[in-house]
Amino acid sequence: MISYSFHWNQAFKALPQMLDGALVTLQIAILSMVVGLAVALALTLFRLSGNRALSGFATGWVEIARNTPALFQIYMAHFGLGNFGIHLSPYTALLVGIAFNNAGYLAENFRGALKAIPDTQTRAGRSLGMTPLQAFRYIVLPQMLRVAFLPATNQMVWAILMTSLGVTVGMNTDLAGVTQELNARSFRTFEFFAIAAVIYYLIAKAVTLIARLFAARMFRY
Amino acid sequence: MIEIENVRKSFGQLEVLKGINLTVKKGEVLTIIGGSGSGKSTLLTCINGLETIDAGRIVVDGTDVHAKGTDLNKLRRKLGIVFQQFNAFPHLTVLENVMLAPVKVLGQSKAEAEAMAVKQLSHVGLADKLKVYPSRMSGGQQQRMAIARALAMSPAYMLFDEVTSALDPQLVGEVLDTLRMLASEGMTMICVTHEMKFAREVSDRVAFFHKGVMAEIAPPEELFDAPKDPELQTFLAATH
Amino acid sequence: MFDTSLTLADLGFLAQGAAMTLAVTAVSVIAGTILGIVFGVIRNQAGPYWSIPLTFLLDVFRSVPLLIQLVLGNAAQSIFKLGWPPFTTSCVVLSLYTAAYCTEIVRGGISSVPATTRRAARSLGLTWWQDMRYIVAPLATRVSLPAWIGLTLGVMKDSALVLWLGLIELLRASQILVTRLQEPLFILIICGAIYFIISFPVARLGGYLEKRWSPND
Repeated sequence: MISYSFHWNQAFKALPQMLDGALVTLQIAILSMVVGLAVALALTLFRLSGNRALSGFATGWVEIARNTPALFQIYMAHFGLGNFGIHLSPYTALLVGIAFNNAGYLAENFRGALKAIPDTQTRAGRSLGMTPLQAFRYIVLPQMLRVAFLPATNQMVWAILMTSLGVTVGMNTDLAGVTQELNARSFRTFEFFAIAAVIYYLIAKAVTLIARLFAARMFRY
Repeated sequence: MIEIENVRKSFGQLEVLKGINLTVKKGEVLTIIGGSGSGKSTLLTCINGLETIDAGRIVVDGTDVHAKGTDLNKLRRKLGIVFQQFNAFPHLTVLENVMLAPVKVLGQSKAEAEAMAVKQLSHVGLADKLKVYPSRMSGGQQQRMAIARALAMSPAYMLFDEVTSALDPQLVGEVLDTLRMLASEGMTMICVTHEMKFAREVSDRVAFFHKGVMAEIAPPEELFDAPKDPELQTFLAATH
Repeated sequence: MFDTSLTLADLGFLAQGAAMTLAVTAVSVIAGTILGIVFGVIRNQAGPYWSIPLTFLLDVFRSVPLLIQLVLGNAAQSIFKLGWPPFTTSCVVLSLYTAAYCTEIVRGGISSVPATTRRAARSLGLTWWQDMRYIVAPLATRVSLPAWIGLTLGVMKDSALVLWLGLIELLRASQILVTRLQEPLFILIICGAIYFIISFPVARLGGYLEKRWSPND
């Protein structure tokens, strides 16, 4: 019935190359999360600022990030910015696109986490003579981080999966990009992409596991 | 001394304090009773400046609470407050809950704050719970921790806002015992409460609030045994 | 206002792309939801013998990039000589992808129905099927609907990836116009606006339902 013959050996020989690609994938995901977290924090502060222009900007960012495809956001970084004379390499465009997406989702996550901490906690802190900043820093923030941690972990997994979109803008050094190049040379599509799928799966599971262990240590209450 | 002069406070259309006049002297225990919505809890949060007031003034040891230049953070160190909801900080152990403000607000060393925290927690009977997280404790224990947390700031006054109202009946006693102990030690206290027996026992004076007005204030024997205000008579009849 | 060479015909081309996006989404969400309900009930009701392998399998769909799944799906259909056109392959892969997420939503919805409610229903003599049909389904739907709306929008956005298999959906249509007209920003903004106009109102509806139907109401 199947006349196709699998060539797993050939694919396994390329494993070192693919693992190098996996490192690039992980690198982009981590960088995009670091940038995304920083921007999300700024967006959250903008939304709390009461300044109309700032909070409008932040809301616009969040809604665009959440209501358009991640691939569209990467295209914007890669093709769209060309109108301003900004020509990003595939690597940078991918990083910018994913960081944009991360920032939007994380900002929404932060807002939800902030809402989950009752006002009475701040009041209790203020009653002990704390300044608003102290009450936020020592009472609200640590609790907020716990609420926000699990969704942020999910976003990290998303970031890993999103890196695969780089191949559509010519990225050829990450896992998906390397796999696609190998495929183009050999046409062993199924074998190469199946191995890539396993590597992606293992990375995603490892990240989830590490996050869980970290959370168990960090949030003991 | 806490001096409350003709204080008025509204939430939107609703006036919850309609000109309150009251003085609490050092060492005095004042309890405030009254139905819900009588404004008694609001008064406490006005005293420590968590709520603003619309008219009148509140003076604590010569400092006008709501005057413009008043450093509320500094003033609040003097005024310990415990709420109906225990407001334990869930992410900190019992010891850390009590140590946080002395370290961050008063700038005490960790050792100093810990010694004070252990002392206050032992005082309220929680010496064996230092490393426990609040979620592992009963409501009564959490409320006693909240009292120790306020006491660790060495306040001159303690304000108690219906501290037993959110507790299961069998846990009310342990918290009231703590308050009795504080009263017997000479702490200046204002307690908003529904516990009439407790009010009668510990108070120097009892104030009855009704619809934003202090309808009657008198020593407990007088107020409970010979109430003059008709609303108070109805209120007492209903609570017995 | 704009100095553009975009013609009405080009806009029509974009609209065709949008129609393709909606078609792929509709087929995948409908098929994925049906599968998701079946799998969700199995996850909830069947013993570990069925439920553990199923859970693992569905987790794979949520932990491997969709793009890789599409490539693998396409390679598989060619290996098995199924002769599927890209549309069919895309819909099959996206349906399984949707089902993987929908299963969790359905499972969550079913387990949100209190055991006591179900015991009460069975005590009245309702069969398992009647209990599911008249008690569990209405309650679970209410709990699951906001998440399901979110999933539908997610699939709509993720469906852009089918361009990799050669389908001309909204994003691919935009890309073709960008290459031809060399006005990337303008065309991409139109493309993004179309996605936004489809997604935003539905997302708001989901948020509203979530607030209104939150368990403490």
